[in-house]
Amino acid sequence: MAAAGGTLKVSVWRGVETGRFQDYEVPRRESQTVLDVVTHIQRAIDPTLAYRFACRVGMCGSCAMNVNGRARWTCRTHVDKVAADGRLEIAPLSNLPVVRDLVTDMVPFFDKWAKAHGRFEGTRTRRDDFERVPPSSPARRQADAGIECIGCGVCYSACDVVSWNPAYLGPAALNRAWTLVNDARDTANRARLAAVAGDAGCHACHTHMSCSERCPKQIAPTAAIAGLKRAAMAAALRGDLGDE
Amino acid sequence: MQVLLWTAQRASAAILGLCVIVHLLTIIYAVNGGLTAAEILGRTRGNAAWAAFYTLFVMAVAVHAPIGLRSILGETLGWRGRGVDVFVMAVALALALWGLRAVYAVFV
Repeated sequence: MAAAGGTLKVSVWRGVETGRFQDYEVPRRESQTVLDVVTHIQRAIDPTLAYRFACRVGMCGSCAMNVNGRARWTCRTHVDKVAADGRLEIAPLSNLPVVRDLVTDMVPFFDKWAKAHGRFEGTRTRRDDFERVPPSSPARRQADAGIECIGCGVCYSACDVVSWNPAYLGPAALNRAWTLVNDARDTANRARLAAVAGDAGCHACHTHMSCSERCPKQIAPTAAIAGLKRAAMAAALRGDLGDE
Repeated sequence: MQVLLWTAQRASAAILGLCVIVHLLTIIYAVNGGLTAAEILGRTRGNAAWAAFYTLFVMAVAVHAPIGLRSILGETLGWRGRGVDVFVMAVALALALWGLRAVYAVFV
């Protein structure tokens, strides 16, 4: 670990889609996170800096930014790990409209969750018994592998296919769809598979695996997307791929 | 349609994998053996097995390449929709026709 003390040279994106990097000097502290650095700038140097955070403990998914060119959750990213030479470049997430400074508009990101039918749809009511889902069943394990997504947008920012095809649903929305495809209680899979099998759906993935490499929760959206490709193909071959 | 294109591209890739290996081994054998063009033609003319193999090879190329080209054109040039579909269909037909013409030329 780098010793506390000294200063960090920090370049922070200021502006909207057009703008520039502004340089700041921030005191180096022990166990300092990138979010601590941004917060210091906003509270002690420049109160006009816009950024977003909430929980500060890696649960809410709201503080993701590009740090030295890589999308990361800043609250759990220690400066030690990313600023070996004492420099940080902090920018808003890629592939999303910039509201201001480090704040991106997450609406397109979550709209794609809706387009991918990322909402649970069941038929049981409170008067019905619980669905019995063995924890060891293959479907439950597939769902478990992707269920801890916090919706931070790191995978979406890191995805080359999104940058080439802005309509592409993206890793997070497709990962969410895959968890529901494996949910024994869900009844909307016919329409869900059709929704993710369009031109901008799972088959557009090139398996670059940037999403899986960058996901702060160690989820592998690439594996989920591969599962969707197989499931959609099987449904199409059965003649059972529904209408979107 | 995307799911069918994806399936066709994966299936044609599997066929191409085998075809390319056989094709390369054949080339290496022909070159190392010092076969002349006339000797090669002597083995391919009237040989239904070679004609069937290279027909399969050509058809796999005609299916595989245009589907990939369609993605490349969409992602790098932003060319999507009916226009690009017609274009890559024309590429598929051209690859199939030229390839089959070559197969015919060494068979007859």
